[in-house]
Amino acid sequence: MSPLAAFGTALTALRVNALRSFLAMLGVIIGVAAVITTVSISQGAKRAIEEQISSLGANALMIRPNSSSRGGRRGGFGSGTPFSDADTIALRDLPYLAGASGTIGASGTLVVDGINWPSDVEGVDADYFDIRDIIIEDGRAFTQAETEARARVVLLGKTVERELFPYGGAIGSSVRINNIPFDVIGLIASSGQSSGGRDRDDIVYAPVSTVRSRLSGFRYPGVRDPVNAIWVEVRQGYDVETVTAQLTDFMTAQRNLRIGQEADFVVSNFADFIRARNESEKMFSVMLAAVAGVCLLVGGIGIMNIMLVSVTERTREIGLRLAVGARPRDIRNQFLVEAIVLCLAGGLFGLAFGAAGAYGVEKIGEFAVSIEPMVALIAVGASSLVGIIFGFYPAHRASQLNPIDALRYE
Amino acid sequence: MGALIQARDLRRTYRMGGMDVHALSGVTLDIEAGAYVAVMGASGSGKSTFMNMLGALDQPSSGQLIINDIALHERSADELAAFRNQTIGFVFQQFNLLARTTALDNVGLPLLYSGMATKERHARAAHCLEMVGLGDRMDHHPSQLSGGQQQRVAIARALANNPRILLADEPTGALDSRTTQDVMAIFDQLNREGITLIIVTHEDEVGAHARRQIIFRDGHVLEDRR
Repeated sequence: MSPLAAFGTALTALRVNALRSFLAMLGVIIGVAAVITTVSISQGAKRAIEEQISSLGANALMIRPNSSSRGGRRGGFGSGTPFSDADTIALRDLPYLAGASGTIGASGTLVVDGINWPSDVEGVDADYFDIRDIIIEDGRAFTQAETEARARVVLLGKTVERELFPYGGAIGSSVRINNIPFDVIGLIASSGQSSGGRDRDDIVYAPVSTVRSRLSGFRYPGVRDPVNAIWVEVRQGYDVETVTAQLTDFMTAQRNLRIGQEADFVVSNFADFIRARNESEKMFSVMLAAVAGVCLLVGGIGIMNIMLVSVTERTREIGLRLAVGARPRDIRNQFLVEAIVLCLAGGLFGLAFGAAGAYGVEKIGEFAVSIEPMVALIAVGASSLVGIIFGFYPAHRASQLNPIDALRYE
Repeated sequence: MGALIQARDLRRTYRMGGMDVHALSGVTLDIEAGAYVAVMGASGSGKSTFMNMLGALDQPSSGQLIINDIALHERSADELAAFRNQTIGFVFQQFNLLARTTALDNVGLPLLYSGMATKERHARAAHCLEMVGLGDRMDHHPSQLSGGQQQRVAIARALANNPRILLADEPTGALDSRTTQDVMAIFDQLNREGITLIIVTHEDEVGAHARRQIIFRDGHVLEDRR
């Protein structure tokens, strides 16, 4: 019998027992749907984390003061003695760093021709854009000279540009931030929505010195030219963890702390933190995959069960087919093809339901999902494999029947 | 080169409940090409066992069976399948048609296993249905046909691959006397056209259509009338 004829015969037999075929498929449908949904969710989470890491700058470290403590009353994180521009300059000379930038956060209302928009104003050094992998889409970053001169220049994030300059022409225009005029010299490429729902494009960058003196008024007794934090970039080829330790030692000396005294600052590696969280999510997705695999196994056993029932019930049909000239392998192929068609159809239905489930989760849970063609292919392939494995035994049993015994079967 | 069918000391022993049951105990006979034979006898006489062996549905425990120069007792499962497909047409008492399958597809079943292309298969099956007078019932399912019509579909199926030998096991056992006559008329016609016809029956009127009656009892040939 030709493969096409075997396929036709199988399809006819499955159609004749449509309800039972559907019930047999159900296990595989649920199994594959579970695989697709769970893998899509964990892939989506993984992708979101990767985006987060790249948005932070893969080799970026942040140094900020620890909490202050005065007379037993502790301030919030970062409220301790701040760093200064002098620290930033000292850090730039270190061989294992590619750059350093102080940062001061402020907020302000931007006004252009009667349109106003409140936003975050981040005071940074020219190095900052390279450290955080921020892409300047148009225009330029500020120069060292502008930083030193507290120049009133600003770079706009995408959202700010859209709100203030809906018709374009931002570069070269003047923007008033808290009534102080700034020249727009560059535009930042979009870095997209962050996982917390915060719009990372709703931001403007100005030289740290300008923000300190004109916008935030950041002062700290005993510290000249203070900054909130310093971002540094580890030079290519240096180990991030070693550099973190070296930086801690360097800053301890810089801040005149005694050896053994508790450091009053923290060097954070966000990428590592996120990767660690990713590890636990990896465990989670392995467990989900195991559960989905069990579903598929149960589905396969369901198929085997139904196929065994089907072989028993159709013993006389098998006897007749043998009597008119079917070879044992024709009978085996017929039932094998039936099992494979069941599993494959179940796999495709499961794929559809799984994809629908994943999108449902995305909508309801505001969770990023990502359905990868490779995963879909593997899931459907695995379900056909289940069909072959679990269909083989019933099919083999059918093919071993003796014609006359099968014909006489009641 | 001898007769079309040559049985030599054919024996078939079953084990049932720890006891050996001799369904056939040494049957030797020849059947010539073009013969019209009725195999008769009481139930349990071995006539059906003999018939199943002729159709390669069952294998002898010992002895030789040569049909159309093919020694059935020493052939593989695949070779026996090809033999059933090409050399033999089998008609059963209970018709054994596939339910929820059209008459045309039922008749085409043996052609499916001989690897005939769909178009050719349908044409050949339609031709066979016309031969048994059911050219207008091709798309009917067995449940939509009378017993006589169903048996005629089964005969058409047996004829699909143009076999040399037609074996019929109690073909009229489930039919009334009028449809029995219709079916026997078809058999008579087929034999006249040259097919070797062997019918198992316990009805004398059916047996009378044949030119030779072989009567079985207790696994032996009791009588061989020509």
